[in-house]
Amino acid sequence: MELERKLIKKASLEKLYQKLQANGNKIFAPIIKDGKTEFHYNPSYAEVTYDHIQTIQSLKNTVFPKIENLVRFTTDRNGTEVTEVDLAKVPSLVLWGAHPCDAAGFKALKSIFMWDYKDEYFNSRMNKMVVIGLSCYKCDDNCFCTSVGLNPGATNGSDILLTKLSTGDYLAEIITEKGKEIVNAAAELFEAAPAEAKEGNLAQVKQQFSHEKVTKNLAGAFEHPFWVENSLRCIGCGACAFVCPACACFDIQDETKGKTGKRLRCWDSCGFGLFTIHTSGHNPREVQSQRWRQRIMHKFSYMPERNESLGCIGCGRCSRACPVDMNILEQLIALEKIQ
Amino acid sequence: MEVEKITEEAPEVKTFRLKFKNHEDAEKFEFKAGQFGEYSVMGEGESTFCIASAPTRKGYIECTFRKAGRVTGALANLEEGETIGFRGPYGNIFPIDEWKGKNLLYIAGGIALPPMRCVIWNTLDLRENYKDITIIYGARTVNDLVYKQELKEWDERPDVKLVTTVDPGGETPDWKGEVGFVPTVLEKIAPSSKDTIAIVCGPPIMIKYTFPVLEKLGFTEDTIFTTLENRMKCGFGKCGRCNVGKYFVCKDGPVFTYKQLKELPDEY
Amino acid sequence: MESIRKRAKELLDSKQVQVIIGYENGTSNKVRASFIKDSAQVDKLIYDERCTQNLALYLVKHEVKHLGKMGIVATIPAMRTINMLISEEQVKPENIVVLGIGEDGKLLDFPDLTVMESFLQKANIELTAKDKEAIEKLKKMTTQEKFDYWSNALETCFKCYACRSACPLCYCTRCAVECNQPQWIPVQASKNGNYEWHMLRAMHLSGRCVSCGDCGRACPLDIPVHLLTMHMAEESKRLFGVDSGLSMKMESVLSNYKLDDKDNFIL
Ligand code: SF4
Ligand code: SF4
Ligand code: SF4
Ligand code: SF4
Ligand code: FES
Repeated sequence: MELERKLIKKASLEKLYQKLQANGNKIFAPIIKDGKTEFHYNPSYAEVTYDHIQTIQSLKNTVFPKIENLVRFTTDRNGTEVTEVDLAKVPSLVLWGAHPCDAAGFKALKSIFMWDYKDEYFNSRMNKMVVIGLSCYKCDDNCFCTSVGLNPGATNGSDILLTKLSTGDYLAEIITEKGKEIVNAAAELFEAAPAEAKEGNLAQVKQQFSHEKVTKNLAGAFEHPFWVENSLRCIGCGACAFVCPACACFDIQDETKGKTGKRLRCWDSCGFGLFTIHTSGHNPREVQSQRWRQRIMHKFSYMPERNESLGCIGCGRCSRACPVDMNILEQLIALEKIQ
Repeated sequence: MEVEKITEEAPEVKTFRLKFKNHEDAEKFEFKAGQFGEYSVMGEGESTFCIASAPTRKGYIECTFRKAGRVTGALANLEEGETIGFRGPYGNIFPIDEWKGKNLLYIAGGIALPPMRCVIWNTLDLRENYKDITIIYGARTVNDLVYKQELKEWDERPDVKLVTTVDPGGETPDWKGEVGFVPTVLEKIAPSSKDTIAIVCGPPIMIKYTFPVLEKLGFTEDTIFTTLENRMKCGFGKCGRCNVGKYFVCKDGPVFTYKQLKELPDEY
Repeated sequence: MESIRKRAKELLDSKQVQVIIGYENGTSNKVRASFIKDSAQVDKLIYDERCTQNLALYLVKHEVKHLGKMGIVATIPAMRTINMLISEEQVKPENIVVLGIGEDGKLLDFPDLTVMESFLQKANIELTAKDKEAIEKLKKMTTQEKFDYWSNALETCFKCYACRSACPLCYCTRCAVECNQPQWIPVQASKNGNYEWHMLRAMHLSGRCVSCGDCGRACPLDIPVHLLTMHMAEESKRLFGVDSGLSMKMESVLSNYKLDDKDNFIL
């Protein structure tokens, strides 16, 4: 299907931002602070940047917050009273300037939270969110979207995708109904589509491996010496999982203050040593090489098979965040070749 | 749910009989042998155990647990009449309908009798459907054997053959059962594999040593069932904790045949 | 660099060690830890000013220890760590050979570990100018300013524990943050919980931290958590007059942390 294309002038972009904000939406947009580009809630438009390669943290916090309140409870002499969280109160959110890989990241999360049992917390947040994507015009050597079936101008996952043109104005591709609603509500800001093609304005990301081949190889690679060999330096922290837009492991914890309390869902990582430990002390994944294997297997073997989605969108965040240079791209290239 | 009755099974091991507080919930609630739930004490957290009572016994569920961590510690402090949270049932089931007309051999070790108790009672309540029923149960010491009352009951039933054993050194002077590890005792009694389904529950190490003995006795891979007890949190295939290969123990299990287990990577 | 390679080859060929833990070129102009088991591979080893990671971390890692006797390329903080790990009985001196690197980046000759001890006792163990400056700046703040600074800095912490994992002296298999009876530290990355976690970390490393800076370097969010432990290191020196890791028989100034310690002052 041909997507609807329009032009939005640079100046109109600011008006659109302000209009969305004025309509009571929370906005999550990238700004530069203390030398780092990260998404923040409701920054002023002047702060918003369009020039970042990638933020340190992913945007999953919007739909899978690092702490999600599942229920509240009050305990007293007569027992415990439990109150559900009112998911209707989840605010509408506009995600402004998400790169195509990040937009696709939500699809990967969805394949976990919405397969089989449907997770309502995730779903409500997802439904209340509009993604205004931004194509990438630059990349670094950690980016590998094109190797996992995406590209710097991929529309999958965005509701509207913006691409900066040579004029400094933006091409707007309108992808979903949600996107259409926004455009219709601000029709005066959009103009007829430009002649300039999007392709010339995108970063060049060379495809470095075939993910199909990796998936195929992994099927028989569980006992391969590769895992121990290539994870000796991994220190088993949670940095890679916590910055990853597609990692969804979580823990459930209670927090109490006097008589009231909350049951919370919080981020966890399969890379942590105690993630799988049994009460008896038996630990099915005793050493780090097994946990590193789990990380790759889950993303490139188990998820494609069970969730019909890869668990990686090639953003390269884990490689940038890893304190000991465990570079996932390097390892995937090697895994494409192992016997 | 309300804790209706507490039974002390062994040191630090208790059984709770739980009743729904709300009549409608009780009506709606259904489960099958093999499934588990998430039991919680608000403020402390949730813990995963199987449902240890049989689905044929309506109106309540039971669970048996050992006091070991923060949540089980809090559960153990509860008294009759107090309330706990329950989510479930989750997971797959023992295919007891497919076992009709066969002999059943139950092999359990330690605190793993509870997951099995559910299916044992379930099949005993439908006794006419099955031929011989044999139960081999071992624990570390005589003191650690759980469900002592029921063991006695099973022992006295003419239609059940019960063999209990304790690890060497765990016997008491008046112990009349076997002494030895479960796989060894199994080898000694050597039950016939003809027309028989074997159900094995126990610590991973016991399971790993029991399978070869069963194979020696002629059991085929798909006539051996077990339940895995991986660490779980969510119970529905999301949190990733119970992931073994492409399977989730909480969703695709906890019941697996030996055949399925062989295909799984060794991460349980 | 050549001298490191040569020594590594000797050690491997003579079977004095089964693995050399050193540095190699990584991706994106980074360097990283390298584990050389075959003397034909020693040319991978490098050393330059980018090589800052404290490799002593790997002396206690299961899969690495498993390889056999270890030769380790050690900068000054790493040498101090080795002394700490020996003092705390985490590493057996007979299982390691140290390829020490002096301040000038040159390979030091340590026939045995006592020579390393005497080297360290004379070595300059000052912090880097940058860290010193940051700590001085913090010291000048009022209590309230300090509190605000840290509240703000630690608020973003998402408890990935990279700081803990990167620290060679944070080797407990079950850290106090993972003990839940009682739950000392909330699991979730909430504001207060983060504060408590970093207090606990700083306290546990007081008098043990060797000021390598790896915790701060490891943090993906660039939170300068190393300043906390480095400051505690300075304080322990001021109060007890010792720098950590200068000998193989260090006594921990705040005594070792045990689960049954009464450290309710943390909470
Ligand atoms: S695994 Fe790494 S590259 Fe892939 S999506 Fe996660 S952070 Fe990005
Ligand atoms: S790969 Fe890197 S970021 Fe991930 S656990 Fe290992 S050391 Fe930490
Ligand atoms: S590395 Fe940084 S984000 Fe991770 S736990 Fe430590 S301070 Fe927090
Ligand atoms: S606390 Fe930080 S600076 Fe101190 S030894 Fe550990 S990693 Fe190095
Ligand atoms: S318990 Fe969460 S995925 Fe199985």
